Amino acid sequence: MEEILAKYFRPKLPHIWCPGCGNGIVTAAVTKAIDKLQLDIDQTAIVSGIGCSSRASGYLNFDTLHTAHGRAIPFATGIKLVKPNHNVIVLTGDGDATAIGGNHFIHAARRNLDITVVVFNNNIYGMTGGQYSPLTPNKGMATTAPYGNVDRPFDLCELAKGAGATFVARATTFHAALLAEVIAKGISHKGFSLVEAITACPVSFGRQNKMGSPANMIKTQRDNAVMVEAMAKMKPEQYEGKFPIGVLYQAEAPEYVTEYQKVIARAMGRTE
Amino acid sequence: MAKAILMQGNYAAAEGAIAAGAKFFAGYPITPSTEVAEVLARRLPQVGGTFIQMEDEIAGMAATIGASIAGTKSLTATSGPGFSLKQELLGYASMAEVPCVIVNVQRTGPSTGQPTSPAQGDVMQTRWGSHGDRGVIALSPSSVTECFTVTVDAFNLAEKYRTPVVVLLDEIVGHMREKFIMPDAESLTIVNRKKPNLPPGEFLPFKPEEDGVPRMPAYGEGYRFHTTGLVHDYTGFPNGSNAMTHEVIERLHTKITRNIDDIVRFEEVQLEDAEIAIVAFGGTARSAYAAVEAARAEGIKAGLFRPITIWPTPDKQLEALAKKVKTIIVAELNYGQYVGEVRRIVCGEANVISLPKWNNDAITPNELLDAIKAAR
Repeated sequence: MEEILAKYFRPKLPHIWCPGCGNGIVTAAVTKAIDKLQLDIDQTAIVSGIGCSSRASGYLNFDTLHTAHGRAIPFATGIKLVKPNHNVIVLTGDGDATAIGGNHFIHAARRNLDITVVVFNNNIYGMTGGQYSPLTPNKGMATTAPYGNVDRPFDLCELAKGAGATFVARATTFHAALLAEVIAKGISHKGFSLVEAITACPVSFGRQNKMGSPANMIKTQRDNAVMVEAMAKMKPEQYEGKFPIGVLYQAEAPEYVTEYQKVIARAMGRTE
Repeated sequence: MAKAILMQGNYAAAEGAIAAGAKFFAGYPITPSTEVAEVLARRLPQVGGTFIQMEDEIAGMAATIGASIAGTKSLTATSGPGFSLKQELLGYASMAEVPCVIVNVQRTGPSTGQPTSPAQGDVMQTRWGSHGDRGVIALSPSSVTECFTVTVDAFNLAEKYRTPVVVLLDEIVGHMREKFIMPDAESLTIVNRKKPNLPPGEFLPFKPEEDGVPRMPAYGEGYRFHTTGLVHDYTGFPNGSNAMTHEVIERLHTKITRNIDDIVRFEEVQLEDAEIAIVAFGGTARSAYAAVEAARAEGIKAGLFRPITIWPTPDKQLEALAKKVKTIIVAELNYGQYVGEVRRIVCGEANVISLPKWNNDAITPNELLDAIKAAR
């Protein structure tokens, strides 16, 4: 890990994350995936939005872009289209990606644009102090849901799949090795890839929802996450509180940048 | 020389972008600017560039900024409600010092207003639409040929000063068709952003040079630089100290005000002996030419001052004008926006008359002539 730290992280400590926060584990998994694939650092761009998790871009030693709230994916779209050979990785949070940025999320998936989006899902707006997001569970507590959350949450992976993503995976900070593995698979995949990274926010989510210590929140991840292959063998009545992890969906489909390169070739052929 | 063709203002703006070296457009269809997108959808891939129609106006602005940070000249185009939606990210482009061009073809507002009718109601939004304080450059062409040249110029200023530049058309100029001769590529001055002059490790991506503008690396060049909308120091990383906040926001203004003589473009018509001057820009200036001619035919000493750069305001030129003429008539297609700036600059040196109009119609030469006669 020390080698990875030296190679991929900027000397920017201290970071802004609270004690017990899982964002460091997710960020480390991203760098392990990059290291596993031996990506060229200078052919890789990291783009983030606004929120706790989106601060990750500043700690990583690449060309990095900390954008506006919800807009990481369209900024990344501009980069990918003018740098077709770049690996473009978006680091974003559940509020950033699925509320204010939800429209961009589904449309990038629909285009099957070859970028990898890692959503740090801590079920809450952490930076602003614990307001409910589109991934806060129904009846969950938030500072803006003092009587329990009325909203029903998205299933982020199903949303991505429904919108046209061609690679969908989920892992947790407890399953850190799996997380790095699926992120690497997502980056390798040609097309829009989503990785949902379940991460604990003990300060802004765990405390309000009486989830115990940070370690306890990670144990909860361990107890409720089930490998997708094992989940397939379970009976529906055993699903309660459980969620699948691993590569949930993968498909082949025309990729946007590749298709647009064909447009350029056609248009240039027609030029006098 | 190319032959004369009949050309629309929006088409000319799109061709100006190509001539300036733009290789990326991201936008969203909206009247009356859609032709800019339509032309670039066809033209950009012909020059190896990329066009994308995004899911919304905000995404169009975001992708435009992303492409420019990566190293490619880029633009978007919009109108009315779309320009409002882009305001947050216009501020981002200012704060992160990202060169890019926004063509805004103005229509009647507020809200959906009157989409197919001309207006000049975004003058103040262009200056103050995004939250916080920043310097702004906006150019307003008055002819189809100028839609081309001003768009080239807008890219040059964006690149030179690392700032978003707004090309402020109105529906009159955007949809006007008139004679156009494509300038030879060699006759055009094309400015590109200053590249780093130090190797990675020694280079500071947000350290300004003498002119107040930092040099700008592109992605993939090994600089591994960070860009943020947060207040940042010379390294590009967040630094919200009072001193840095003061310095950054001040420089977003002074890099423009210190170079105002390089940025301000204007036209003067028959002002040598004028006693009454019209101040008008964009489509409204077209009526003003005719009104000045008609007034002169009746022996009235009238002239026109036409700012092409409307932001920053041409203070020096307007101050001089106020010392020369008795009356200034500010004609504009809104409830009276730019007139406030003229009054601020003129500061009582001349009588300033507001001639606003906001009923979807252009200000006619006769209306201007009547105003000139009434002011005599």
